[in-house]
Amino acid sequence: MQILELYVFVLAAFVGYMVISRVPPLLHTPLMAATNAISGISLVGSLIAAGAAANRVATILGFVAVICATSNIVGGFLITDRMLRMFKREAPPPAGAKQPAGRQG
Amino acid sequence: MRDSLIQGSYLIASVLFILGLRSLTRPDKARRGMQQAAVGMGFAIAGTLLNHTIIDYRWIIAGLVIGTVIGYPMGMWVPMTAMPQRIALSLTFSALAATLVGIAEYHTEIAAGMLPPHTKMAALGFEIMLGAITVGGTIVAAGKLQEWLTSKPVTYKGQNFINGLVFLGIIALLVYIIVDPSQHWAFYTMIGASLLFGVMLVMPIGGADMPVVVALLNSYSGLASCATGFAIGNVILIISGSLDGASGFILSILMSKAMNRSFTNVLFGAFGSETTTTAAKSSAGMTVRSIGVEDAAIQLAYAQLVIVIPGYGMAVAQAQHAVRELSELIEKRGGEVKFAVHPVAGRMPGHMNVLLAEANVPYDKLYDMDEVNGEFDRADVALVIGANDVVNPAARTDKASPIYGMPILNADHAKSVIVLKRGMSAGFAGIENELFYDRRTSMLFGDAKASLTGLIGEIKNV
Repeated sequence: MQILELYVFVLAAFVGYMVISRVPPLLHTPLMAATNAISGISLVGSLIAAGAAANRVATILGFVAVICATSNIVGGFLITDRMLRMFKREAPPPAGAKQPAGRQG
Repeated sequence: MRDSLIQGSYLIASVLFILGLRSLTRPDKARRGMQQAAVGMGFAIAGTLLNHTIIDYRWIIAGLVIGTVIGYPMGMWVPMTAMPQRIALSLTFSALAATLVGIAEYHTEIAAGMLPPHTKMAALGFEIMLGAITVGGTIVAAGKLQEWLTSKPVTYKGQNFINGLVFLGIIALLVYIIVDPSQHWAFYTMIGASLLFGVMLVMPIGGADMPVVVALLNSYSGLASCATGFAIGNVILIISGSLDGASGFILSILMSKAMNRSFTNVLFGAFGSETTTTAAKSSAGMTVRSIGVEDAAIQLAYAQLVIVIPGYGMAVAQAQHAVRELSELIEKRGGEVKFAVHPVAGRMPGHMNVLLAEANVPYDKLYDMDEVNGEFDRADVALVIGANDVVNPAARTDKASPIYGMPILNADHAKSVIVLKRGMSAGFAGIENELFYDRRTSMLFGDAKASLTGLIGEIKNV
């Protein structure tokens, strides 16, 4: 079981490296906000800790973790969207202007 | 059945997360992609709630509601200028969540009279160590960025030695609990020591180095999530944690490269504490040329190409809207305006880009250092707004300078340079800037926003 998880880890790290190294510096702040929102996935672990009713301590710790993770998810996706909404091209786009694809860093 | 539903939801979420991050390669596709990632998150949460070990939903619902109440203002109301500390704070949250889940897991096993196996204990140990270090570090980073704590490096004699000692202690405790998971005291001491270590690690780091530190802590918190995934056997935590970790890792490498400094140097160098002597030496016998708003306005009004170099000073003065207005005015008169953004300008990766985008500067006018550096030779005016170290020619020439070797924007190649600056104090790194003494440079002293408003008024009259 642990070996399988190690596989997942190594492959996901590769994919992450490939994908994220192509994000241009222009969007580095939204990138940080986005990965923050995605890191809210620790909610998955928190939900189980808070809901398993194993013992009082685990429930309380899980409860606090659920609050932290949820606020990251809600706040993270909202602020990423708010930021990305601000990135606009010059309007109206000049004919034959270079495509934004040319700006990939 | 239930299990495959859960795993299916995780698979969908992982794919949507990766596609969402991939969409960030293109500013015009990014918004859509991240909205899909949010949908993916919804799938993952819904899937988890089906988990059969969850039997009591009361705490979950309360937590979700409170979290939403905290998260909404953090997403919608926090101003863009406060983004660095807001990111630091959300790193605290994600690391805290990982740490608490780890402690809960350990406590549950112990309370049930079982001992976690060594492999699981290793994952838990790493999770809690990295999580607690990140919590301590990000709280200090957020405090420094918000200026509740001094943003100057806090140093004392033997600091690196003491930090090293604490770190060795943490590693020793970590090994000890992996070997013997029944030692509660070692487990809880390690948490305390890791928190303390995080605080001690970031205290000596100055505000200008925050981009590297925030990125580095981001990668720690990602790794902590990863370790959580290993500990509780949850694949989506491993995937998202590695994405998060990779992002932080890449950003911290890019940032250190942009400062020509190694990780070790950023973390243990305490920049700006010992450089005052060199500064005093170099400024002797040189004079600066001060300029009035009228003269500066004339230069800008007749320039063919103006390259604006924004820095942290622009953010402090909240001058980004005035900058946009000025650039529109110059363009209306037939000139061209480009924005040159240095990778470490500001307090976090991409800080300037976000501020200028918020002020409605189209993103095709924002250029990275490599794209724009060749254009300075053609520029009539380089307009430096609250930037300092990123245009300091000492980085090219002065081997004794602490920023020697750092790639800089070639502002000194422009036909003339106008520097908007509050006063003659040295930059964050405490290094004197030769550019300000160059004969082609004129200094426009005063608050950046007021100066820009003055310039706008004057150019309208030209």
